Amino acid sequence: MKDLIIPWDEHDKGTPARTGAPVTLTIDGFEVTVPEGTSVMRAAAEAGIDVPKLCATDTLEAFGSCRLCVVEIDGRKGTPSSCTTPVVPGMVVHTQSEKVRRIRRGVMELYISDHPLDCLTCAANGDCELQDMAGVVGLRDVRYATGESHFEQFGPSGGNPLWAPKDESNPYFTYDPAKCIVCSRCVRACEEIQGTFALTIEGRGFDSRVSPGAGFDDFLTSDCVSCGACVQACPTATLQENSMIALGTPMRSVVTTCAYCGVGCSFKAELNGDTLVRMVPHKAGKANRGHSCVKGRFAWGYANHSDRILSPMIRGSIDEPWREVSWDEALSYAAKRLQDIQAEHGRRSIGVITSSRCTNEETFLVQKLARAVFLNNNTDTCARVCHSPTGYGLGQTFGTSAGTQDFDSVALADVVIVMGANPTDAHPVFASRLKKRLRAGAKLIVIDPRKIDLVKSNHIKATHHLALRPGTNVAVITALAHVIVTEGLADEAFIAARCEGDSFADYAAFVSDPRHSPEAVEALTGVPADEMRAAARTFAKGGNGAIYYGLGVTEHSQGSTTVMGIANLAMLTGNIGRPGVGVNPLRGQNNVQGSCDMGSFPQELPGYRHVKNADVRAIFEQLWGVEIDPEPGLRINNMLDAAVDGSFKGIYIQGEDILQSDPDTRHVAAGLAAMDCVIVHDLFLNETANYAHVFLPGSTFLEKDGTFTNAERRINMVREVMKPKAGMADWQVTQALANAMGADWAYTHPREIMAEIAATTPSFAGVSYDLIDRLGSVQWPCNEAHPEGTPTMHVDGFVRGKGRFIVTEYLATDEKTGPRFPLLLTMGRILSQYNVGAQTRRTDNNVWHEEDMLEIHPVDAEDRGVTDGDWVRLASRSGETTLRAKVTQRVSPGVVYTTFHHPETQANVVTTDFSDWATNCPEYKVTAVQVAPSNGTSDWQERYAAQAARSRRIEAAE
Amino acid sequence: MSPDKMVHMANQIAAFFNSQPGGGAAEKVAGHLNDFWEPRMRAQLIAYIGEGGAGLDALVLAAADHLNAPAA
Repeated sequence: MKDLIIPWDEHDKGTPARTGAPVTLTIDGFEVTVPEGTSVMRAAAEAGIDVPKLCATDTLEAFGSCRLCVVEIDGRKGTPSSCTTPVVPGMVVHTQSEKVRRIRRGVMELYISDHPLDCLTCAANGDCELQDMAGVVGLRDVRYATGESHFEQFGPSGGNPLWAPKDESNPYFTYDPAKCIVCSRCVRACEEIQGTFALTIEGRGFDSRVSPGAGFDDFLTSDCVSCGACVQACPTATLQENSMIALGTPMRSVVTTCAYCGVGCSFKAELNGDTLVRMVPHKAGKANRGHSCVKGRFAWGYANHSDRILSPMIRGSIDEPWREVSWDEALSYAAKRLQDIQAEHGRRSIGVITSSRCTNEETFLVQKLARAVFLNNNTDTCARVCHSPTGYGLGQTFGTSAGTQDFDSVALADVVIVMGANPTDAHPVFASRLKKRLRAGAKLIVIDPRKIDLVKSNHIKATHHLALRPGTNVAVITALAHVIVTEGLADEAFIAARCEGDSFADYAAFVSDPRHSPEAVEALTGVPADEMRAAARTFAKGGNGAIYYGLGVTEHSQGSTTVMGIANLAMLTGNIGRPGVGVNPLRGQNNVQGSCDMGSFPQELPGYRHVKNADVRAIFEQLWGVEIDPEPGLRINNMLDAAVDGSFKGIYIQGEDILQSDPDTRHVAAGLAAMDCVIVHDLFLNETANYAHVFLPGSTFLEKDGTFTNAERRINMVREVMKPKAGMADWQVTQALANAMGADWAYTHPREIMAEIAATTPSFAGVSYDLIDRLGSVQWPCNEAHPEGTPTMHVDGFVRGKGRFIVTEYLATDEKTGPRFPLLLTMGRILSQYNVGAQTRRTDNNVWHEEDMLEIHPVDAEDRGVTDGDWVRLASRSGETTLRAKVTQRVSPGVVYTTFHHPETQANVVTTDFSDWATNCPEYKVTAVQVAPSNGTSDWQERYAAQAARSRRIEAAE
Repeated sequence: MSPDKMVHMANQIAAFFNSQPGGGAAEKVAGHLNDFWEPRMRAQLIAYIGEGGAGLDALVLAAADHLNAPAA
């Protein structure tokens, strides 16, 4: 078997690392120098001496409860615990003496007296710190007779009231109180790492037990978000993955990258053979630092789901059932249909959609297919419908399209703005890192129509929540800038040194106009003027200011303008170019950043270089031996328009479900239905496949090599954990399709594709698989100037030279409420489901969210006679659907909210085809709607379900 | 693309550049359209302007002279 194990230092040093002046001490005669504030335990570990421990782990602050780590220190009385004792210069420590050995054995004996001795049949056998420590301290017998215990179901006189059954309410892990040693690691992990505070220790002394929330709660009904931090922290089998209980201890481990959100967590895939046993967050992963969320940690069961299609399929028309065929037949059929279309309708009549869920290498090949084989620029990606305004807005102001920081930066922020993003649901691991910083005292300003969890939840509270009316982002951002400029809070030194003087003068004059004051826009935005002023002052005067934003910023008619406004705000306050500050788009999908970097947009070659530039085209023309079209291609929505018009006839869609994810479902369906050849390359027969003629089975992130680039510009390795179930990885399929159309691509491994990317794209010039393997990951730009990548951008100057301020005039969207549609619908996501749900709906995550619900304010609900849980009809100018209502004050009066994870709801039936002025990013976040009680599903939903079922028929194999 | 949608999209671009200081707005609108609108979209716009350009912002009409006629 291929050697896939990467040698990371995973040694648990017992307590977290510290920074500080060097302190030298002696441990067991060995001299060791560590930073001030380091514990004796960690210092010993640095010297290669492990002190026995149970409650200590270097992912958590020291707690000092187990007493196993006691040591002797010259000149000190007693036996202090080494985890809670900080080092002192000249200290002389003895980790082994008869006295401490005796104490440790005694401690261990007491632990074991209340612990079952069923090691051989225990799920943690071989993976249990209690077992290890019993061995290390030389425990040979337990003198205590059986008395009161927590592990024996029956005592001498019948039932044992101290015994409690397993809590198996969570679908992914089991809590077995019988195995618990009450080290509190789970409770501390829930607090310190995840920040949810779901767990506690109830009772005192011998009665102490881990408890999820209140007495009547189990793990599922508690606040627990199933991030897995407690399971990870547990030293015994008390909190154990169900997959490991079922499958046994994994024998091999491969470091790879999660394929869910744009945080891009590193995981160890732990396996036996090619059977995945569990996914464990990787401590050395620089995006997640050993943390995870319910999706990446547990929701990987879709990879083995019976719905996966493993054979290529074709059909003549979408009314016919699918027919399973060989790869060769499917590819030559697809190639012929595409070539026939081009012959009849011209070069520009076909195109591709690259996948933000696939690797950089796969994305690169799909856009290359359009440019070098189709000979047009009709390539687009799902970033069109999420962060394309980020590309345009940051490109115009800073000179490049990417977040400016790494995630570590948030630990140094003093004031954080979170705008149009809901990190606790959509970017949970980043949210945990943010919450940790907030608990340490940083201030938070939330700009969002909804009362998201960050506004107020356990041990965190936003200093300001600007609950704006959907669609007024630009007015709010401009008003914040108005306060900063007119109250003299701008960082003039930064602006003078780093930004264009003329553009600042224009901008300052513009924002200073009284019509942009908080008072003037209060009626429009719904944000109280004094709150707006206070927020602006907090941001401008609070130290390091960092802005994190999401799709609530971009998915508007003025998405690009708001991004520019955010960039203006950062420059205005000097919050660019150092750790702790910056402008940080939170990317939706795992490889949205990468798919944009790789030239997925129709106007840009890889590295954000416009196709009109002959010198850029020449680089690729020379390498590829073709002439590249100098005209921009069609964007996704333009492709659909052109399809309806009859000039766009064929499309190859890799890993994207536009019928469910894109706005105005009926328009998308009409566009797809008008095409002669729709090729869907995916894991499942997704909604788009209802309109497809060719289905090519995809491979999961576990089945291929490649790289993903996360929201920090971090290029992380994706490693082939198991062989592709359908026989080919996605990059091989694209290559085979290209070759079936006459190309002669001959890549044998994705590393060769990365080499081509590096050779053609300046910001990737230094990137190679060898480099990523050596460093673990690398943030672009990575080139001669930055051989090991760039954690913080724009340090000495902006990519474009001087930062450019851009005037941001608020222009109301044309999507307006009125008598027929008096409410504003805005959309978002939920923790347990991901995007269109194709993956997460095929896991046990459905226990948390089995359907899309419509959040509606109690006042609006009462006006309409709607009560919690009722079926309601949601209608807009575009269409209508039905779903159930959730009456909540999280939304303001006049605003309703839902998610788009379930095809039965098809929430995008109601969204419109209005879009961002610069990029055509759809305006998902503002739709005028009406809500009324309903008896059940709409006619449209029933027709849709019937059509979907009909189009998924597969002809029985002969 | 329906003429209404095209007019709406073009006018949105014009509205942004109308708000920008420094002159040259027509060139900037045309520049944006040349950079981001696929040839058949520009061709449709040019044809529509040729027929009078009903409903288009004056700035879009002014930009017409600076639009690159799509090469085949």
